[in-house]
Amino acid sequence: MTTATTESTGSSEGIPATTSSKATKVLGWLTLGGFAVLVALAFAWVPEDTRITEQGDVVGQFDAVRLMFVHVPSAILAYTGFGLTFLASLAYLRWRTDWWDMMAHASAEIGVLFGVLTLVTGSIWGRPTWQTWWEWGDVRLVTTLVMVLVFIGYLAVRRIPADVAVKARRSAVIALVGAVNIVIVNRSVDWWENRTLHQQSTLIARKIRDETLFTLSFSFAVGMVLFAWLLLHRFRTAYLQSQIEELEVNEALAERRAEAGIDESPGGRP
Amino acid sequence: MFRDAWLIAGKDLRIEMRSRVGLNQIVPFAVTVLVLFAFALDTDQEALRTYAPGLFWVTVLLASLLAIGRSFAVDLADGAADRLLLSGIDPISVFGGKAAAIAVQLVVLEVLLGAGVVLLFDVTVHRYGLLVCAGLAAAAGVATAGTLYGALVAGLGVRETLLPLLLLPVVAPVLIGATRAFQDAFGVAGAEGWAWLGLLAGFAAIYGVFGALSYGALLEEA
Repeated sequence: MTTATTESTGSSEGIPATTSSKATKVLGWLTLGGFAVLVALAFAWVPEDTRITEQGDVVGQFDAVRLMFVHVPSAILAYTGFGLTFLASLAYLRWRTDWWDMMAHASAEIGVLFGVLTLVTGSIWGRPTWQTWWEWGDVRLVTTLVMVLVFIGYLAVRRIPADVAVKARRSAVIALVGAVNIVIVNRSVDWWENRTLHQQSTLIARKIRDETLFTLSFSFAVGMVLFAWLLLHRFRTAYLQSQIEELEVNEALAERRAEAGIDESPGGRP
Repeated sequence: MFRDAWLIAGKDLRIEMRSRVGLNQIVPFAVTVLVLFAFALDTDQEALRTYAPGLFWVTVLLASLLAIGRSFAVDLADGAADRLLLSGIDPISVFGGKAAAIAVQLVVLEVLLGAGVVLLFDVTVHRYGLLVCAGLAAAAGVATAGTLYGALVAGLGVRETLLPLLLLPVVAPVLIGATRAFQDAFGVAGAEGWAWLGLLAGFAAIYGVFGALSYGALLEEA
């Protein structure tokens, strides 16, 4: 997926000065172009969501439906990020290589980013559609919130100054437990919610228009390219970070050795 | 295995009996939280009675953070954790013992807090069997998840602030399940109390298995 790990290590010459490469440039331009097309499609092509009931009333999500093209891909990218963190953590515990550890870290950060974006856009969409910023009765809403909180905790662990191997192993266990926990939270909130017999999400029940469906699929594609672009850059940043730390350790070791060399002269400390 | 777990649990509980940190600090803290809830909800006895199950369990969860943190702080002092590791006791037994000791402390806390809720919030108990079973299952769930996360943050410089952030979202299902079961037991809302007990038991079982299996890996580097 990335060429960063094939770079030579140990000296500053072998370390690339940037996280950019031909692949990321292509992905970056694809994302920008795709996003421009998506904005045009979402605002100019897709009609507003309206429906006429049997009583003759005009109902629907109106312009709020356009938020779907940010909200739904965000949710999918968030779950992709957390899923990738889960798999990378499993792989780390199996093979114990830095590559999987950095992959878990990079995808978790992107997952949290899109998880927060999902909650924010969902909230903005919910205000005109459900007449509320937040709906405790919706299982997906609450599950996503808890999931984001769990992975914010995961990222907090990643920021602790501690031994790299210790941090990697504990983070991996937290990611695994967190992922298992999502299933439990989902089930418990579902039961909790059912006591109120609150309506399920309104999206599934309604027939979706062709323009809307096409734009939604297009937004998934743009989202996936964006995800790959972010992941490559974040992964390479993590790699460079580890290289810097290694260099600093080597430098400090060399300095101490030099000091020890002076001290070993007659009369100096052994 | 069970004998070793019994030893570990006995050790932790004896330390608590002698130091009385739990009784002198954690229980008064929990009662204070109950009093604060009463202040927050005004003098409305009806509101307190209605929300008593939720307030009770939030208080238990907050106090459990202290009990879990304390359980691991005791092990870190004087290199006790290293000696525990050198003793050759199976990590599964260590996990089981520590979780059992925390669960026992939580049950004692629940009994005292339960009396507090009955006295302060004017709650009457309708179903004692459900109350006891839900209390035990929830204590087991919080203790197993708490022991796992306690070990995860043990030895890290920022464990006091990290434990609440990691543990509280994870025990959210316990809060939901135990609150619903207690609502049924107190007769304040029609809930399928026994079904929620199943969730609590399942939670404890999952975290018991997960904690026991991963505890060895967490201990070896501590």
